[in-house]
Amino acid sequence: MAREMLKGNVAIAEAALRAGLEAYFGYPITPQTELLEHLSREMPRMGRVFLQAESEVAAVNMVYGAASAGVRVMSSSSSPGVSLMQEGLSYIAGSNLPCVLVDIMRGGPGLGNILPSQGDYFQMTRSAGHGDYRPIVLAPASVQEAIDFTVLAFDLAEKYRHLVYVLADGQVGQMMEPAELPPHQPIKERPDWALTGAKGRDKNIVSSIYLKAEEMEQYNIMIQERLEVIKASEQRWVEHETEDASLLVVGFGTAGRIAYSAVEAARAKGLKVGLLRPQTLFPFPEDRLSELADSIQAVLVVEMNAGQMLEDVRLSVGGQVPVDFYGRMGGTVPMPDEILDAIERTYAKISPREIA
Amino acid sequence: MIAPPVISPNGMEVVYTRPQALSSVDTHYCPGCTHGVAHRLLAEALDELGLRERTILVAPVGCSVFAYNYFEVDACEAAHGRAPAMATGVKRVNPESVVVTYQGDGDLAAIGTAEIVHAAARGENITTIFINNAIYGMTGGQMAPTTLPGQRTTSSPDGRDVELVGYPIRMSEMLATLPGAAYVVRRSLHDVSNIRKAKKAILTALKVQLNGLGFSMVELLSSCPTNWGVTPDRALKWIEENMVPYYPLGDYKISDAVNEMKG
Repeated sequence: MAREMLKGNVAIAEAALRAGLEAYFGYPITPQTELLEHLSREMPRMGRVFLQAESEVAAVNMVYGAASAGVRVMSSSSSPGVSLMQEGLSYIAGSNLPCVLVDIMRGGPGLGNILPSQGDYFQMTRSAGHGDYRPIVLAPASVQEAIDFTVLAFDLAEKYRHLVYVLADGQVGQMMEPAELPPHQPIKERPDWALTGAKGRDKNIVSSIYLKAEEMEQYNIMIQERLEVIKASEQRWVEHETEDASLLVVGFGTAGRIAYSAVEAARAKGLKVGLLRPQTLFPFPEDRLSELADSIQAVLVVEMNAGQMLEDVRLSVGGQVPVDFYGRMGGTVPMPDEILDAIERTYAKISPREIA
Repeated sequence: MIAPPVISPNGMEVVYTRPQALSSVDTHYCPGCTHGVAHRLLAEALDELGLRERTILVAPVGCSVFAYNYFEVDACEAAHGRAPAMATGVKRVNPESVVVTYQGDGDLAAIGTAEIVHAAARGENITTIFINNAIYGMTGGQMAPTTLPGQRTTSSPDGRDVELVGYPIRMSEMLATLPGAAYVVRRSLHDVSNIRKAKKAILTALKVQLNGLGFSMVELLSSCPTNWGVTPDRALKWIEENMVPYYPLGDYKISDAVNEMKG
């Protein structure tokens, strides 16, 4: 298929449609509203279900209903709206249902602003609302990745009967880039556990309640065992020039993409710098980072927050090398030269003689 | 488990049996709780209309949180108050199904007011059974939006003070103002005559859904002897003497299309 200029939000919506999205329930919130608007036109045209709910609370519960019926269903929102969805997401997680959520992060906390941010990393990677659960989290840094990860999200959700988040920031949602959309997939058949009416079979029940501690613990053990399989099989990342690097820069999404420009500039100055950009934030590419800790001398984490993925990086390198941090908050998007300054500051601490 | 068929030993006609839609299990409800009656009426209605295999029940958070154990239908457990939203998702992707929410007064009239209002406003083709017993049963008897003025509960120990917390909400009257609401009625379970009328209303509500005529709701004045602190038969009298005057029984919304369907 040909490449075309696509806005991130629209590309994600169209990718979901082509992945066989049967139902979308959402609510307007900047900077992701174009996703809802695109589906408001296209879903009815394709005979699928679209509904703008009265709130994000209602939207996530409509998603919960459709997910219980076994269809490919999605919602999308931004930071304050995602906070409203936490209850519903926990219920989805506790009901063993596949589901996809797109979060286009904005400045916070609170009402914040509509600018790009990565301030919800903790919220999105640590749990799905209350309870012991880790959603799979995919972090695109381009419109093409946003498309590819949306399709992947549905496949992973179904493969594991799990919640999958596509976690982007307002920049990925709003920017326009050339990208290629996938072909249309057919609508999937309903799984045998789905709620479709108990015709000719025993009734199906979808619930997240387990009053007995032993049963609740068994459910949790099942989830934890699944997470181990996910960790072993689904880590994704990209690396640039890490083979001979003394300093490793780590960033995800837009921050990782901008950091790449800074890494290139540092290399041009003769500094041995590399980049690792996680594409899955859960499962985090901890194994590769741990491996790289043997050959590098320091890490610089770059984020559009106060230091959240920073903690996962520190856990992964296990104290083997110092980990520095450079972050901007409040919807501020860093420029390559300020990241280059941070690279040079960290680099000066490990190899003073190599700074020009 | 579906109850096995009843075979009469000496050729007599079987006139009363457990509905297929009502599971062959003991419920956990208190002695004298009218949930048992409401469950039975719904199950009978589903059987009479042949809907058991098409029905998907959305259970609330409240005493009837385990309603899905008592009906032989596909079912799901909604978050507190969110059943109408969950039902919307279920019905819209299963348009041929019959979707019923079964909700208490905390679920529907407190935390879930937005969801029920908007499901009714959209004219969602779902049916809501609203159990109004003027109290929060499952959590041990706190004040509900439907608790009557002066009524003592564990969180209004001196009786509901309308100066402080306002008057109870009449949900049927309120929802009836919405164009999408096609059939909104209030009935009661306090005696046999009213139970029969309640059964008819539930049948009509399900037919409204079958005909795609919009949102249907049957509010059922119900008892909670345990948390009201009275005997079961005194509780039924309490409904008649105290609840019916504040929550008048009757038909609050019957759309033209529903009138045509009935006529």
